[in-house]
Amino acid sequence: MSTISTKPKSQGGFAGKLLKNQIFIPIAAMLLLLLFNLIVDPSFFKITMGLNSDGNPVLSGYLITILNNGSELAILAIGMTLVTAASGGQDISVGAAIAIAGSTLLRVLCGTNTRPDVLRTPVFVAFIVCCLVAMAFGAFNGALVAIFKIQPMVATLILYTAGRSIAAWINNNELPIISDPKFAYYGGFIPGIPVPTPFFIAVACVIVITLVLKFTNLGLYTQAVGINESSSRLNGLNPIFIKWLTFVVLGLCVAVAALIKVSRLSSINYSVIAKDIEMDAILAVALGGNALGGGKFNMAASIIGAFVIQMLTTTLFKFNVPSDALPAYKAVVVIVLVVISAPVFRDTMSGLAKKLGAAKNKGVA
Amino acid sequence: MKKRILAVVLAATMALGLTACGGGAAAGGSSASKGGNIKVGIINNDPNESGYRTANDKDLKATFSTENGYDASFAYSLKNDEQIAAAQKFIQDGVDYLLLSAADTSGWDSVLKDAQDAGIQVILFDRTIDADPSLYAASIVSDMDKEGETAVNWLAGQNLAEYNVIHIQGVMGSAAQKGRSGALDAKVAAESNWNIVTQQTAEWNAETAQQIVQSVIDAGTPFNVIYAENDDMAKGAVAALDAANISHGVGKDVIVMGFDCNKWALEELLKQNWNYDGQCNPFQSSYIDKVIKTLESGGSIGEKTIIMDEKGFDASTITQADVDQYGI
Repeated sequence: MSTISTKPKSQGGFAGKLLKNQIFIPIAAMLLLLLFNLIVDPSFFKITMGLNSDGNPVLSGYLITILNNGSELAILAIGMTLVTAASGGQDISVGAAIAIAGSTLLRVLCGTNTRPDVLRTPVFVAFIVCCLVAMAFGAFNGALVAIFKIQPMVATLILYTAGRSIAAWINNNELPIISDPKFAYYGGFIPGIPVPTPFFIAVACVIVITLVLKFTNLGLYTQAVGINESSSRLNGLNPIFIKWLTFVVLGLCVAVAALIKVSRLSSINYSVIAKDIEMDAILAVALGGNALGGGKFNMAASIIGAFVIQMLTTTLFKFNVPSDALPAYKAVVVIVLVVISAPVFRDTMSGLAKKLGAAKNKGVA
Repeated sequence: MKKRILAVVLAATMALGLTACGGGAAAGGSSASKGGNIKVGIINNDPNESGYRTANDKDLKATFSTENGYDASFAYSLKNDEQIAAAQKFIQDGVDYLLLSAADTSGWDSVLKDAQDAGIQVILFDRTIDADPSLYAASIVSDMDKEGETAVNWLAGQNLAEYNVIHIQGVMGSAAQKGRSGALDAKVAAESNWNIVTQQTAEWNAETAQQIVQSVIDAGTPFNVIYAENDDMAKGAVAALDAANISHGVGKDVIVMGFDCNKWALEELLKQNWNYDGQCNPFQSSYIDKVIKTLESGGSIGEKTIIMDEKGFDASTITQADVDQYGI
């Protein structure tokens, strides 16, 4: 880093621009992890084509696992980035909201019979209901934050605490299990297509949010509200509505993630489904170099950040880190990554580099 | 202003929490106290916590009913201080017996002393506490070490030439994890043909278990046993096996072992997709009932700690009747 930035800014050219670009941080983290894996064990990059037990072709390998399991996190990172940018806080009820949305989905699919042989409603209809419920809970969080001006973390603490009980209550504390193999497509493989479906769903979400940010003012307004609420109001925006809207969008992301999660095992466990996923989602936003205090954001950086976190998890599994030490390893890597991606650290470093460069120039002169 | 709203919301959440607990108590205590009924106050963990707890709660409700001569009140919490508050309330209400599954092992001395002074007998179930044994009449618990040993002995009885085990652990430090891991660790250390391929915690989470097994498959390391410390994690492991077309179950390539005896898991055994499921018995109420009957008739309990019978089911011998009776 220092070797590149010792060059005077005007001559920085490509490298300098690259360094200043926010997306550089998660990509650098990703390359670092890839490089580590390449050196220690190149089998990390091996992808093989095989058949699953139903006789359908599937791709497998660590990279596929990362794309597969990182999908939900990437989808959640989209919503979390918007919420962070607009409200300057984070939603910590995402995991509990996934439990609620997943429980709703199963309830609509199964009715009161927890072991249906045929689904009571088409998955599409159930998913719409699931979206509406998740958006309603998002709207509830959003209203607390936007209208009542409660700290987002405190406001979402309510759902964080109560969410999993609500999820259990929706299904009378029964555990529905769906035997229809078609339902497992969303979290597994569609017969004949060897790439895991969650990855396609994540790509679809990324395309949608890209189009929304490109063709609507959502991105601009969100950043405006996040940077300065009162001045954005003076400019004719409605900060309350914008903040509320970001929570509803996050609700939608939650519903999509819930569909994948529930479909993966065709069942649900209210107390552990998507446990602590909110922390990973917030981490993805931080790793993307986005200011957690709100304001400007870079969506692509967050999404790449999400896959970096999954890559870290998969790498730790691969290297058989002992169970009791796993959180410690993860914490160390996370601390390093987040500190490097923090705007303050980057400013200090580039300032330091400038000074060093100046001193060197003086010395030469 | 901000602070005031915050205070109101926090107060509202607290009130919500209280009504949630109160609701449970009211539901159980609705039956009017009749002359001959034995009054019991039952403090349990939240029934939503797990399938185990749901089965446990249902079993207690069925046994301590008015028809069986009991007048029961229930209180649920996963927090020790809330449980202690509930115990104090039950003591004030003058229950005859206090049944307790403590959230935490410590902090119970003073409230149990209050109970003793009020002439209330305390019976612990499911979980023990760090208190003087003179403070309670009996403690009815599972022996997690024995659960692990039963499972490992069963596995040893399969007489495989070599054991390459994927060991998926529960939340580290929990009693179930320690007991179930301990037996396997001891066996692996003692036998030369037992190897651990990987030993990771999935924290009772099916999906994490799936990723752990996926990781072993991706690495191409051979294995022939999956030892998952609960049913959910075994299910996740099996999902990974299915995706890689690795056969599992009776007479197949990989032996799948789970714990807790969920009904759906026993059905997998019945279909011979899994090989073994170890029971963690949630049905303490018949044991408690027996203790209370003994005490009421003036008898004494020999050993204070009563260890429940726990079974291990083998897929080649399990029957539909077992599934119906022991599935939770």
